[in-house]
Amino acid sequence: MSLTQGTPLVADPVTRGRRRAGRHDRAVTARWARISYVFVSGYVVLAVAFGVLPTLYALWMSVVDSSGSFVGVQNFVDVYGDFRFLPAVLHVGAFVVIWLVALMLLVTVLALVVHSIGRRWLSTSVRFVYYIPGALAGAASVVLWLFVLNPTVSPVSAVLHAFGFETFVQTVSPGNLPVIFAIIAFWTGAGGWIVVMYGALNSIPTEVLEAARLDGAGAVRTALHVQLPMMRKWISYMAIMSLAAGTQLFVEPRVLSQATQGVVPVDYSLNQLAYLFAFQQEDLNGSAAIAVILLVVSLALSVFFVIRGGLFERD
Amino acid sequence: MITVHRRKATRRRERILLTAAVAASLLAVTACSSSSPQAGTSGTAGGSSYGFAAAPQNTSAPITVWVDASRQPAADAFVKAHPEIPIKVETYDGGANGSGSFQTKIEAFNQAGSGWPDVVFSTQNNDAAWASQGSDPFTAPLNKGYLEKSFLDGFTPGALTPTTVDGTVYGLRNDLAPTVTWYDKSLMDKFGYTVPTTWEQYEALGKKVATEHPGYIVGSVGDAWTPEVYFWGAKAPINVVTGVKQFSSNTSDPKSVAMAKIVDSLLKAGSLAQDSVFSPEFVQKYTGKVLMMPGPVWFSGAIFDNKTSLNSAPGTIAAGLPLAWDGESAVAGNVGGGTWYVSRHSTNLAAAKAFVEFVTSSDAYQVDLAPGLPAYKAAADKWLAKQAASGFFTADFAANVTTAASEVWTGWGYPKFSQEAIWAKTITPPLAAGKSLVDLLPTWQTAIKNEAQVNGYKVS
Repeated sequence: MSLTQGTPLVADPVTRGRRRAGRHDRAVTARWARISYVFVSGYVVLAVAFGVLPTLYALWMSVVDSSGSFVGVQNFVDVYGDFRFLPAVLHVGAFVVIWLVALMLLVTVLALVVHSIGRRWLSTSVRFVYYIPGALAGAASVVLWLFVLNPTVSPVSAVLHAFGFETFVQTVSPGNLPVIFAIIAFWTGAGGWIVVMYGALNSIPTEVLEAARLDGAGAVRTALHVQLPMMRKWISYMAIMSLAAGTQLFVEPRVLSQATQGVVPVDYSLNQLAYLFAFQQEDLNGSAAIAVILLVVSLALSVFFVIRGGLFERD
Repeated sequence: MITVHRRKATRRRERILLTAAVAASLLAVTACSSSSPQAGTSGTAGGSSYGFAAAPQNTSAPITVWVDASRQPAADAFVKAHPEIPIKVETYDGGANGSGSFQTKIEAFNQAGSGWPDVVFSTQNNDAAWASQGSDPFTAPLNKGYLEKSFLDGFTPGALTPTTVDGTVYGLRNDLAPTVTWYDKSLMDKFGYTVPTTWEQYEALGKKVATEHPGYIVGSVGDAWTPEVYFWGAKAPINVVTGVKQFSSNTSDPKSVAMAKIVDSLLKAGSLAQDSVFSPEFVQKYTGKVLMMPGPVWFSGAIFDNKTSLNSAPGTIAAGLPLAWDGESAVAGNVGGGTWYVSRHSTNLAAAKAFVEFVTSSDAYQVDLAPGLPAYKAAADKWLAKQAASGFFTADFAANVTTAASEVWTGWGYPKFSQEAIWAKTITPPLAAGKSLVDLLPTWQTAIKNEAQVNGYKVS
């Protein structure tokens, strides 16, 4: 946020009140710091119990066999050699790419559009409408999509027919699935992100926007050169959160699989494959290996987004 | 100043993190220790006279029973007949179409070390292959002292074969599901056709009706059990279990290829449906247009005599004998035929026994309510007599169904994995996209062999 970074504190009438240095303020800061630990502690305990410890357990499981003796990378080799592994990687990869690109582009554009709506009631209602699908739980929203995707009963059957789909099985054929899952995920998740982005846009000081307007920037140039750079962190935040959720694709294919009587396979995504390894083949170590692979890949991509998005840079 | 402050903060942060970590591990430890006494008690010897180590028994403990939606009436009938036995009924998908939900749920409970249901209904008949095996097998052996021999002998001969592993019976059959050749006698008479008895005649009739009366069908390949109707019934060696860990499959066998050719030619002619018989599309398109339909006995109540499905007129539908290859003896395929399993972990085996004996053999369920042919012989005879008396099905329904039940081909095995799931994901989509089944045979074979291998079979 280069626009505020270099501003001398004393000369800034807006921030002077907040950032004035002094003994009294330091005491307050120290007290706040203590309180903040109390607030954070609840999260830390839960994160350790349900995040860190299970992760360490999975790491341990992935390098031992069922009797507990160390086998090195054998579980990873076995999982990689499984005939379902590479297809699952490709399925999830295609889904994540389509979904993330659509999410980042459309959510940002829609948030900018909603933010530029002058009428308060219209902007509020539009945000509310965007948000509604997100209030539906994952499985419930998939059930709704079962109807939308079936040309016989779909309210948009004309659209499906236009694409040449006459039956449900044709609609959910393997080639279409990444797009279908991306549409479902976008429909359920995008509304929430639009509201978040709207909040981010609100946090841009009006003086900055006014300055841009005085310099002769129109809506598009303001969006491209002022609003977008200032939303960069929020966009990368959205990308990281969505990436983590997207690589764990599970509910959508699982429900579709049951509804299509197995035409959408039960081993479509990596998470489903991990589930089958654990609970159908009694191979918890192979399952742990898949979990670790997912973790490493999502971590690597998250680091990329953190660095490129400047998420941990302080103003 | 700032750096000093920061360093202090960092140290404090470290201390807090450490405290949190210790607290969390304490939590985890207490959670473990509180659950361990329970884990310790299960598995201690109870009734070794049953042929397995039963859990400590409590005859007033409620039993948990899993049924699919279609078997809900069985549980309801039991509650009505035995209000004194406490029971908790839960519905699940019954593992339909090879969804594997029975197995995955049980494996999860195995990990947890508790939570197992006492009795489970499954629509698949290959569950004994996994549920009787492993380090912590789920199903209780039934013929080693738990159930009386006289009761087990009451089942139709061969009915318990799918649930028997190495001579031990692990599950009871709910109903028999041999395939028969369903046909509409009124349509046959109207069009002047004779009912085929061989697959060759079947193909010829399918082509003939497609040209003379387009829109009428002679079968459906839209469901996951298609291989069990067409390939099991054609003696195709596609699902051969040669040992507990041995498996073979040959989709290029002459019989496999011949059947695939029949399917291709009838699909091309347009007299085979590609919709699931349970889909609204099927009912919409084919009500009154089903000339023939090879399929399981339970089509009787599920499709023909069902107001929400084809709702056929009484006296029009007949169950013909299974089809044969020209010059060979006929065999029947088989589609499911539900099974009941009792958990080894049950703490009320007496109630579980009362339940499974009731739902498999009592007239109150199997004769009065069951939609399919009972596996228990005495109930089956009464059920067939009841069907004959109602006059819904024409021709010799009882005799043909009984013959089919005795003709199920034994060359099709019951491995741990589901042929239905493989067909649905590998063959259904390309078939719907217009590909030829003959061309898909190698793909199908690869998929079956892969699945067998990951399930621990040595594939030959």
